[in-house]
Amino acid sequence: MSPTSPPSRRRRRTSLAALAVSSSLALAACGGGGFEEDGSSDPASSGDGPVELQVLIASSGDAETQAVEDAAAAWAEESGNEVEVVVANDIAQQLSQGFAGGNPPDVFYVDAGVFGDYAEAGNLYPYLDQMEDADDFYPNLVDSFTLDDQAYCAPKDFSTLALQINTESWKKAGLTDADIPTTWDELQSVAQELTTPDQAGLVLGIGRDRVGAFLVQNGGFWVDGETGEATATEPTNVEALEFVQGMLEGGEAVLAPDVDAGWGGEGFGTQKAAMTIEGNWIRGAMENDYPDVDYTVAELPEGPAGKGTLLFTQCWGIAADSPDQEAAVSLVEAMTTPEQQLKNADAFGVMPSRESAQADYVEQFPDDAPFIAGGDYGQGPVNLPGLGPVVADLDSQLEQLKTADVNQILESFQKNAEAELQ
Amino acid sequence: MSRDTSIRRGQTLAGWTFVSPTLVVLGLFLAVPVLMALWVSFTDWNGRGSPFASGIGFVGVDNYRELVGEQGGLTRSDFMTSLRNNFFYVLLVVPLQTAFALFLALVLNQRLLKAVGFFRTAFYFPSVVSSVAISLVFLFLFSGGGVINSLLEVVGIDGPTWFNDSRGLFHLLGDGLGLWSASDPPSALAGSGVLGLTWWQWISGPSVALSVIIMLVIWTTAGTFMLMFLAALQDLPVEVEEAARIDGAGRWGVFRNVTLPHLRPTMLLVTTLGLIGTWQVFDQVYVMTQGGPGKTTLTPAYLSYSYAFDNQKWGVAAAMAFVLFLIIFTMTSLQRFLFRDKDAIATKRAARRTRKARANAPAGGAA
Repeated sequence: MSPTSPPSRRRRRTSLAALAVSSSLALAACGGGGFEEDGSSDPASSGDGPVELQVLIASSGDAETQAVEDAAAAWAEESGNEVEVVVANDIAQQLSQGFAGGNPPDVFYVDAGVFGDYAEAGNLYPYLDQMEDADDFYPNLVDSFTLDDQAYCAPKDFSTLALQINTESWKKAGLTDADIPTTWDELQSVAQELTTPDQAGLVLGIGRDRVGAFLVQNGGFWVDGETGEATATEPTNVEALEFVQGMLEGGEAVLAPDVDAGWGGEGFGTQKAAMTIEGNWIRGAMENDYPDVDYTVAELPEGPAGKGTLLFTQCWGIAADSPDQEAAVSLVEAMTTPEQQLKNADAFGVMPSRESAQADYVEQFPDDAPFIAGGDYGQGPVNLPGLGPVVADLDSQLEQLKTADVNQILESFQKNAEAELQ
Repeated sequence: MSRDTSIRRGQTLAGWTFVSPTLVVLGLFLAVPVLMALWVSFTDWNGRGSPFASGIGFVGVDNYRELVGEQGGLTRSDFMTSLRNNFFYVLLVVPLQTAFALFLALVLNQRLLKAVGFFRTAFYFPSVVSSVAISLVFLFLFSGGGVINSLLEVVGIDGPTWFNDSRGLFHLLGDGLGLWSASDPPSALAGSGVLGLTWWQWISGPSVALSVIIMLVIWTTAGTFMLMFLAALQDLPVEVEEAARIDGAGRWGVFRNVTLPHLRPTMLLVTTLGLIGTWQVFDQVYVMTQGGPGKTTLTPAYLSYSYAFDNQKWGVAAAMAFVLFLIIFTMTSLQRFLFRDKDAIATKRAARRTRKARANAPAGGAA
């Protein structure tokens, strides 16, 4: 075994050098040119002739996919363009790839929770002022998609939280329609009356997306969307969390994991509790998984500061990098007409985001009147940019709400949010 | 001499031709993205457009400082929580999976065992099944009212709600031994801390939820390592073992002095692969728990993904990935040092010295 001879060592070095040069050439070629930042007042881009739009959605199921595809096909036929609807496996990941590569889908769902990050990065094209009847959308929904006083996109639908009551347990406890709680004290006493050794009065899902409703009812919230500041340590928030904690300590309320449920609906469906606070999606779950449980829906009780609930909504985002923004705006208009929204409500159980459709919705779905009433006084999620990890930490701490120090939870949220928002 | 070189040159060229497609693919899809990510970790890129465009903010080591420095705040405590969780995970998984794999290999190596092929397939089977599929099955098995808890009830044990239980095992152990009360931690431990977590949080051990993932991974990967141990065991000649027996060694003596030293290179391979794999755990967290409950199944790989794709904090996420790389590199280097064969190194050094002396001597002699 002779030692490596100089010629082959030189050859190896040359090959390695060639590899290094070719990879760095590839690297330079892959680097894109600079991107212009689209200002908010830029006019919509438009191509010549018929365009092909790509729509990316995160579907809740076949019903939603079918509804969106049908509506898009109808618009395509009418306008002479083409539309491709793609259902995402992981919409956050696929959108990130599109934004980084400079060729995102033209139109896509944007959840209110991630809206702030996308808007701040300049990925979204603000087109709401170009839409006809933009005033028809619920103002609270439009607020959820507003950053720095700029409204970006049209809410496609929404859900709210309401109170679900197990009618059998209700009657067994000797309660009537007149006893449906309308204040915090009534809620607590009704929950106490409904509590039996086998069944708690109220089951709550964990995290800010349920407990937050009580904060709104007391006149506060985790952040102030308009000023862009964190307001967690306000005394109203402390009172709200302490009220919920009092019910948990007293035993009339339980958190879903404590009754071995993944969410409030499961605890309600398995009858571990007589009431729960959940959104419209509970209808489908109860129908499919717990069809034997009879229940009614009522608006959430008022807090000391009035009515309050939480809104969950998504909007039709148009990419700032899209070359066919004018056509995209036209597509979004077709997707959000009152008629289309009522069709969607029928197909997959969401509520129309246009106020003009409210009356028709209540006529078609009278049982869902408490849900849609929430559109007037509901609060959307925290949508300030950069607060993703902060709200995740808040949710993690709220898991221990029964035994935790409420002031400490709010203070740590305040501290983390301020560090992010300054 | 020249004919020998030209044959070798032809072989070298052929060798490079065969290897170049793999090199190109590895280079383009592995090496280049890693270097690109390294660049992103030094910027504040927000996910829009190319990170190599002009105008991207270069922030130097700010992202790294956010992970370990004072001003890190929530980022630092999230990262340290993930490191703590992953450390306890590695601590439990690597020894247990190595020992379990060795045990299975020893069992399979028995000459008296019938139907070795069937058992070998059965033990290896979990490794080939998709980790996502296994994770989903375990989600069902370990749910609060699931099969595992029903079985425990038969024996009279009230099983925990596995995936919702964020209590640390070391906390519970100390509680059971009377060292402290898990619900009211001693103020010395809970009051002060380091790197953003209190001492009480650092010593929590894996949570009940994390222990489900630990059980899953040990069961799944023991099969792969069992095959490596089995191959090494079958390499050991029967005569050596018989000679040891004749010399008077008992079963345990043979195992300790003949089998284990023979298995040293395989042990090194298995523990290295185990370390690398366990520090990078992601699939199970993504499918089963997404970091919960109470951030006790958060791992650096999942946290990096979450910060990047869910929260658009790309620079910090890339920095996390590279800190993780440094940790894995350090650990595997340390482990290689511990496992080094001191005798072989000494022999090699002596041989080199002799060769050098012989090379110098004729030159001196000729002069």
